[in-house]
Amino acid sequence: MMKNDLEAQLLKNGGTVDLTLVESLGYDEFSRCLLAEVKAGGRVAALFGVPGEGKNESLELFALIARDRSAQIAVYRTEVGASFPSLALSCPQVHLFEREIAEQYGVTPTDHPWLKPVRFHRVWQGETDVWGRPLDTHPRPGDMEFYRVEGEGVHEVAVGPVHAGIIEPGHFRFQCYGEKVMHLEISLGYQHRGIEPMLLAGPHPFTMAQMETTAGDTTIGHGLAYCQVIEALSGCVVPERAQSIRAMALELERLANHVGDIGALAGDIGFLPTASFCGRLRGDYLNLSAALCGSRFGRGLVRPGGVLFDLDVTLTNTVLTRIDEIEGNTLGALNLFFDEPSVLGRLEGAGRVSRSVAEDLGLVGVAAKACGVPRDSRFFHPTGVYRQLFDEMITEETGDAMARAHLRLREIVVSIDLLRRIGTSLPAGPVKVPVGPLKANTLAVSLVEGWRGEVVHVGITDAGGRLRRYKIVDPSFHNWSGLAMALRDEQISDFPLCNKSFGLSYCGFDL
Amino acid sequence: MWRVISERFQQGFRTGKFPLEEPKLPPRFRGLPRFDGECPSGCRACEQLCPFGACAVREGKMVIDLGRCLFCADCPACPQGRITFGNDYRLAVRRRQDLLYSGAAYPLAEPLEPARLKLFGRSLKLRQVSAGGCNACEADCNVLGTLVFDLGRFGIQFVASPRHADGILLTGPVTENMRSAVLDTYEAVPGPKVVIAVGACGVNGGPFIHSSETNQGLDTLLPVDLYIPGCPPQPYTILDGLLRLLGRR
Ligand code: SF4
Ligand code: SF4
Repeated sequence: MMKNDLEAQLLKNGGTVDLTLVESLGYDEFSRCLLAEVKAGGRVAALFGVPGEGKNESLELFALIARDRSAQIAVYRTEVGASFPSLALSCPQVHLFEREIAEQYGVTPTDHPWLKPVRFHRVWQGETDVWGRPLDTHPRPGDMEFYRVEGEGVHEVAVGPVHAGIIEPGHFRFQCYGEKVMHLEISLGYQHRGIEPMLLAGPHPFTMAQMETTAGDTTIGHGLAYCQVIEALSGCVVPERAQSIRAMALELERLANHVGDIGALAGDIGFLPTASFCGRLRGDYLNLSAALCGSRFGRGLVRPGGVLFDLDVTLTNTVLTRIDEIEGNTLGALNLFFDEPSVLGRLEGAGRVSRSVAEDLGLVGVAAKACGVPRDSRFFHPTGVYRQLFDEMITEETGDAMARAHLRLREIVVSIDLLRRIGTSLPAGPVKVPVGPLKANTLAVSLVEGWRGEVVHVGITDAGGRLRRYKIVDPSFHNWSGLAMALRDEQISDFPLCNKSFGLSYCGFDL
Repeated sequence: MWRVISERFQQGFRTGKFPLEEPKLPPRFRGLPRFDGECPSGCRACEQLCPFGACAVREGKMVIDLGRCLFCADCPACPQGRITFGNDYRLAVRRRQDLLYSGAAYPLAEPLEPARLKLFGRSLKLRQVSAGGCNACEADCNVLGTLVFDLGRFGIQFVASPRHADGILLTGPVTENMRSAVLDTYEAVPGPKVVIAVGACGVNGGPFIHSSETNQGLDTLLPVDLYIPGCPPQPYTILDGLLRLLGRR
């Protein structure tokens, strides 16, 4: 008989569950539950391996399923041996999670349709490399079998890791027929710094800085997700004023990046007025973050227990006045862009992703919402001020570069409004409280809607209250697959435009 | 077209006056550290307390290695509270040891030696290589191209190919997975060339100094001509460093 919903352990965003209460299911049961959850509208927010404690090299898998409609996260757990049957064919959104587990722990998801390395590092435990790579040397990035199309007139284009321009490294392989892209394969891992393994036995004194630099453009998003895990594990209640300041910082981060991304798109299209206005306006938003905490990227603002910097009346007013000043320029620069027929001509229909592909691949954030798929943890799993203040989740329908760009424009409007509402109703009180020791044998989960989409952090403690496993899922983890699908049947020359319309992180993916 | 022109007037003229005028940085900006008071005799607490190994006590004096320092807002290093961060954004130096700072005059970067200065002083083309890190340093290099900073007016430009470049500007700690690409890019730049390390990562590994997947910065691999510390450095810190290297400040 299948387990019904009631038997799963359910958490809220920012909640914890005692590990001993999470029953370990047989793998068949585990996979049935996972597939049933997804069928019922659940999303695989995280699926990852957790090594057994003690010497034997057993491995458990944990699945966290976000049930958006009921604002809950269901936790499932199973133990696997040297291999386990892949679920990727029936549930494509786990495809990359399974590859990741294979690379990290040397276990094989059998019958995985696309079993390739993800980040090109050595296996974390045991003596098995799933791809048979030698264990005594570091794997070579990009060393894998690429998908190939053969035939007359078919050619392959390989780009990267080092690209033209100031951007992060990644490798892209196109299978083309003439100008037309039949298939794009994306191979990353160049930015891999091994952040998850460094968290073991943590938190360490260096951990907060690493969380803030997991993806530097999402300093607040990742920093906040981490703090919420630590706060959940220690049972700390963050003061309301700190929650408000955190939300302001999160929205400023969204504004800076959305404005910057539209500027970058304008640059690619060759519509230089908006490109240059937005380049500067992005800086104006970053400078507001710097006014809050001294760092344009929000470094040093968010800490477990609250925030390090308060806003006095003068600073609050400065921020609000400045927002009023740059709002007009922002909308002016953006409307110029979206009213230009030649711009629309480039964006419309480019890099289209269908709603069903977006759902199957588990896309999140901007990429999902642009396809009409409602995904926003501020709306479905709100914490802090978002509980009262956020009710305007935006979606677009067409799933193309236009939708991704236009969605950002509309989110910019909402974020400016949010900033104002939060800034004019800052609750009184402290901005930071002390954080106690972490509960032992506990799992905590935190979802934060970063500007790209949902940032998921999961922490699991051992008997001594140290981190035994820490899992990070950046929105780019899901969304790079969306970009690969968007390129199908496109002109290869549209790649830069499509790529920018997704605006994904390399280091956030590579961790 | 008219809308573009009218919007252009709405947006105003925004290029900063740097370097004629000093930039206005926010009061909470953390630049060159200051040391208040003296270390109690025998105290070496900071050597243990800085998570990035940036602090040491030498001959009774605290020394901060700005190449390792992340300018943390909650710097836990000194229990006496001796360390505070000031507003001086100028931090670039020419030699690694110049980043060991103990409160004396800060040895800001000197210009390139005459041979290279003659070649690059009025036109420097850089190939940026991103090698790990968090992409914030890259963002702060990119921003130099916007009209506020307008890097081009100083004859400095980021170019797409190492073959067209006079040097490389590296960010990130150099992950194992980027090591050979960094070396290849360096090789591809025709000599004589310059090498610039931007950010704590590029200088010494930054927040990832303890990682087994990264190297500890660029000078473990290549000779570096200019070190620009910070996590990330303020864009003006980078710009100031570049101008000093070219003898323009
Ligand atoms: S600011 Fe951070 S890196 Fe610098 S000395 Fe203090 S703790 Fe170390
Ligand atoms: S130095 Fe800091 S800001 Fe620069 S790449 Fe490294 S982590 Fe990011």
